[in-house]
Amino acid sequence: MRTELNIDKALAALADQPKPDWLVHWQQQGQQVLSQTAWPTRKTENWKYTSLKSLQGISWQAETPDAVADGIRFVDWQEISIDFVNGRLVNTPKLPDGVTLHRLSDCSEAEGLTFLQKVDSERAGFEFDALNQSLLTEGYWLKVAKDIQVAQPIHLNFISSGADVVTSTQVLVELESGARATIAETFSATAEARVLVNANTALYVGDNAQLTHYHLLLEEGEVRHIGRVTGSLSRFASLSSFHMAVGGILKRKDITIRHRGEGAELSLNGVYLPKGHEVIDYHTTLEHEVPNCTSSEIFRGIMADHGKAVFNGRIHIHKDAQKSVAEMNNRNLLLSDHAEIDTKPELEIYADDVRCAHGATIAQLDKSLLFYFQARGISKKEAEVMLSFGFINELLDALNDQPVQTLLRPLLATLFAQKQADLARHIL
Amino acid sequence: MLTIKNLKAKVEDKDILKGLNIDVKPGEVHAIMGPNGAGKSTLGYVLAGRDGYEVTDGSAELHGENLLDMDAEERARKGLFLAFQYPVEIPGVSNMEFLKASVDAVREARGLEPYSSVEFIKLAREKSKAVNLPADFLKRGVNEGFSGGEKKRNELMQMMLLEPSLCILDETDSGLDIDALQVVAEGVNALRSPDRSFIVVTHYQRLLDYIVPDYVHVLADGKIVKSGGKELALELEKEGYRWIEGETV
Repeated sequence: MRTELNIDKALAALADQPKPDWLVHWQQQGQQVLSQTAWPTRKTENWKYTSLKSLQGISWQAETPDAVADGIRFVDWQEISIDFVNGRLVNTPKLPDGVTLHRLSDCSEAEGLTFLQKVDSERAGFEFDALNQSLLTEGYWLKVAKDIQVAQPIHLNFISSGADVVTSTQVLVELESGARATIAETFSATAEARVLVNANTALYVGDNAQLTHYHLLLEEGEVRHIGRVTGSLSRFASLSSFHMAVGGILKRKDITIRHRGEGAELSLNGVYLPKGHEVIDYHTTLEHEVPNCTSSEIFRGIMADHGKAVFNGRIHIHKDAQKSVAEMNNRNLLLSDHAEIDTKPELEIYADDVRCAHGATIAQLDKSLLFYFQARGISKKEAEVMLSFGFINELLDALNDQPVQTLLRPLLATLFAQKQADLARHIL
Repeated sequence: MLTIKNLKAKVEDKDILKGLNIDVKPGEVHAIMGPNGAGKSTLGYVLAGRDGYEVTDGSAELHGENLLDMDAEERARKGLFLAFQYPVEIPGVSNMEFLKASVDAVREARGLEPYSSVEFIKLAREKSKAVNLPADFLKRGVNEGFSGGEKKRNELMQMMLLEPSLCILDETDSGLDIDALQVVAEGVNALRSPDRSFIVVTHYQRLLDYIVPDYVHVLADGKIVKSGGKELALELEKEGYRWIEGETV
């Protein structure tokens, strides 16, 4: 990938930074893999519908000092906000008792290697992992100690800025047994940003722990965002993970969740809303490695203008994972003749006593519904906005999650109205 | 109020209305009866402006304005209300949101200020009580999971909120048991006024026991083939539509 992806400047900048040997070793390992990895093309199964052309022809560099943004707030939530600019921690908020945030660069060698080993063990052949490893200068380890219940949501607020900046980040969220927390990761960018955001998150949910997680890619403009989210669930762990992608040039997120302890529960949901010429690609994999686990996955997308989305949802039930229950549903709404969706649900089942279901649909706005609005005096344009919003809102309602609704409803209302505020006046 | 002259319309290249005439004056209730396939529902859709219903000849005027030139939403804003035979379900859009959007649009067209949220919630609750729908139906998706009767009562509630001048009830009795039918009919009767007219489209005479019409028209094969007073409905009930069809052949 080194020939196609020009990161020479970013690599050169690495040499100037002081860092421990074990991290240097980690980067070098990554660089080696990167140079041996073939550049993904349409012939690469994993990238069949998504072109990486928009990453090429740019000499990607590390962050320059003048490329610092003042904190942007995309959300107003009663949260503890931890802010990052181009992957650098820029504030140090007071964290509740039992919650700690460590920087990888502050770790001892033993801790650092543990961090990297935890991250590494979740991988599954994603091409951009090698990029992340090659350029990783900092990682963040957010830990919630045993039996600690954190009432306040913790917001990891990632902001990107600068010209031709590539940023690799790695977050590790770890809930020890019996812990409970809500973690929201949001990604935004300054208006003039021209960036490649390479953000990875690894979630570890311990025995009986409960994690509510959001991973929202909200960058608009000249932003490419490629990364992955991995999750590992222990015995009777519960993870609810909500994803959303809007805006930017290209967004690709690979999500892999593994059931590693019996009785674990997963609710994985997402929304993608490409418009203009935006491309959004979600690849999800659910690994049922042990018996008696449940997964529910719902993704919905609305494609407008020339927008394009890819959804690949795979459920893999391993040989010993008897009594697995897994359901996946993907519904899509095309608002324009030029919009595109490529959806592919996959089930791989090697156990014989399981309950699995999957489904995918693609539709346009229902004319009989539009007429019903019009017959009540509502303009067709407003009806389209209300119906589109309703399509997503149906999912938000089903989640029955107050933070999701208070956080996302206003955001979505603005988005669907596409700057015509009056069209969204009846949403909310 | 409504004047329809020689109205012809087709759906997917099939002629359905074949020269229909009707004149509805303010305050009148006209019943349109007829066998299945006569064009009863088509008439409602053509007047309400549904896509796919192509008018090929004739005219329809509401308050002296050409209805057929207007978009569907414009017709609704001018005071036309079609109560659907099968109201659609709209998950994700709450009944309250939908009602507010509708009432705001119609009031705006009449030069009236929109209701504040507080005012509107109060009004909507009042009306939902009047049609015997529990208030939590306002929070649910439009018609989502409503029974047949609840959907019809929801239509009636919309009618009350929008205060139209011409109401077209398309087979409002279909799928209703006798109790639900009475609730809906009482609601309609309460809305009757000297400046509001009704077209009640129905297959059965039963509804007309409760909503007593001034005129009854029989629609067969796209035309009004017989008109009369309310007693015509009783004759039809007794003799069946074959009586009319026999006469016209």
